[in-house]
Amino acid sequence: MAKSIDVSDLDIYYGDFLAVQGVTIPIAARSVTAFIGPSGCGKSTFLRSLNRMHEVIRGARVEGKVLIDGEDLYGADMDPVNVRRMVGMVFQRPNPFPTMSIYDNVLAGQKLNSKRMKKAESDDIVERSLRSAGLWGEVKDRLDRPGSGLSGGQQQRLCIARAISVEPEVLLMDEPCSALDPISTSVIEDLIHELKAQYTIVIVTHNMQQAARVSDETAFFNLSGVGKPGQLIEVGRTQAIFSNPTEPATEAYIQGRFG
Amino acid sequence: MSTQTKKTSIAAPGDIGRALRARQLPLLGPRIVLTLAVFAGFGVWLATDSVFRGAITAWLVCFAIPAWSVFIEGSRKATDRLVTLLVASTFALAMVPLVSILYTVLNRGLSVLGIDFLTFSMRNVVGEGGGVYHAMVGTLLITTAATIISVPIGLFAAIYLVEYAEDSRLSRWVRFLVDVMTGIPSIVAGLFAYALFVLFFGEGVRLGVGGSVALSVLMIPIVVRSSEEMLKLVPNELREAAYALGVPKWRTITKVVLPTALAGIVTGVTLSIARVIGETAPLLIIAGATDSVNFNLFGGRMATLPVFAYASQRNPGVPPEFSIDRAWGSALVLLLLVMLLNFVARLVAYFFSPKGDR
Repeated sequence: MAKSIDVSDLDIYYGDFLAVQGVTIPIAARSVTAFIGPSGCGKSTFLRSLNRMHEVIRGARVEGKVLIDGEDLYGADMDPVNVRRMVGMVFQRPNPFPTMSIYDNVLAGQKLNSKRMKKAESDDIVERSLRSAGLWGEVKDRLDRPGSGLSGGQQQRLCIARAISVEPEVLLMDEPCSALDPISTSVIEDLIHELKAQYTIVIVTHNMQQAARVSDETAFFNLSGVGKPGQLIEVGRTQAIFSNPTEPATEAYIQGRFG
Repeated sequence: MSTQTKKTSIAAPGDIGRALRARQLPLLGPRIVLTLAVFAGFGVWLATDSVFRGAITAWLVCFAIPAWSVFIEGSRKATDRLVTLLVASTFALAMVPLVSILYTVLNRGLSVLGIDFLTFSMRNVVGEGGGVYHAMVGTLLITTAATIISVPIGLFAAIYLVEYAEDSRLSRWVRFLVDVMTGIPSIVAGLFAYALFVLFFGEGVRLGVGGSVALSVLMIPIVVRSSEEMLKLVPNELREAAYALGVPKWRTITKVVLPTALAGIVTGVTLSIARVIGETAPLLIIAGATDSVNFNLFGGRMATLPVFAYASQRNPGVPPEFSIDRAWGSALVLLLLVMLLNFVARLVAYFFSPKGDR
């Protein structure tokens, strides 16, 4: 379980518009990597290119290499559906399926793919996933209730449980706490710490304290001007980035002196 | 403690209460005027023996409310009351034909409605008696077949437009043609079905299934349009959530998008059925009319409720009153069918709408 990711010289386009340019970054297995940077600098776009969700948008394409344990995700014979089974994703806004119960939401990855399972086996997956997501205690008595009836923080943890129930190698999180209150946020941050033991986690966040708290590595993205492509400015150990960044732009952003 | 004028824009501390309060009509004032209007209307009705004049009188009296309000409350609230009055009057105006139709159909149709009326056909009936069983069977069969033809075509077209087309040239053409189809007069749809079946069966063909084809020409655009709107309402986040779990696109559509939009799609389909179930002209051409029960969509003429009502009214025979009564009775049965259909659609929408929304 858990794979490392190697991105080399990746350009990401929306149609003719170059959104992110020349990103080269190694992401170690079983670590948390945080992407920080101003809005519109391409953090989320880059994150979505790591499980080929980027190309769901019409006209979107990438150039360059994304290697997961040496395999190129964008190779000609790669099936994006299989890639996404290996690289899971949690979105900014909690998006449980409104037609499904909590139980079915956790098993959505299996149910939507019509995988046959014994009752005991699926019960087991549901309990294990909900326990990992720290939600079991709160919902174990109402698994047949609709998932959309939960609070925002619970819904987001339900989405995390749904993402890890298919046992991906890598978990991508796109600002998973931006719609949540501080208490739910800290629950999810604790959860990230626990999940790190099994998964490679990449998280996009606007909250620099959060990046400092949860991540091992931090990558700073920036764009030189409106209409210009976003670029990776600096990547390194989180402690180093926050205490002693090499690039002046990183320092300015982290200290809030950003223009 | 400065200005004593009414227009204190910057009030001193003592004046704040006066600046915030406003004079109002007495709470019961508008209701009293409304009551007066109703009485005045009745008075004029009784005096002149004209409902129309009574209604106009009552309506004019109602304008006393905004007029009164101008003096007491000022122009903003008076405008509010005037517009409220206008909206309420147009609503009442729109209700007039609806209530009138319901009243007339119930009034004239209830007298013949009964078990016999629903279980007898018109075979060998002259004068009194008989029923609409054959027409009911025909209407239900033809409409069901039309639904079976239209829903797959319409729904698949909508799925193509929303999920796959992505604003291609073909999709723009499909949308344009669907819009054109919405405007096809029903008689043209009937002639189309007739012309189509003449190709296979020769001149003078009358078939129930031909009626279904004609009705589905009218139904398909409605189903496409309503399903398209419903599919567009499904949040993109749900599709992305499914993709991110490694679910292929077709499973995402069948298991996430369609169930989420199901309630709306069913409502749209029901409305389209309600729209075509009362069509007369196309059925007159291609399905024809008969006095006997016919369960076979592919075997000859088939009676339907609207055509039966039309024929009973048009050729009542001697004496005419029994036939006229049957026409009203069949109109009532048709109305009840549509209402039943709407009720079922409500139930379906209620039970299939996404959980948690109830």
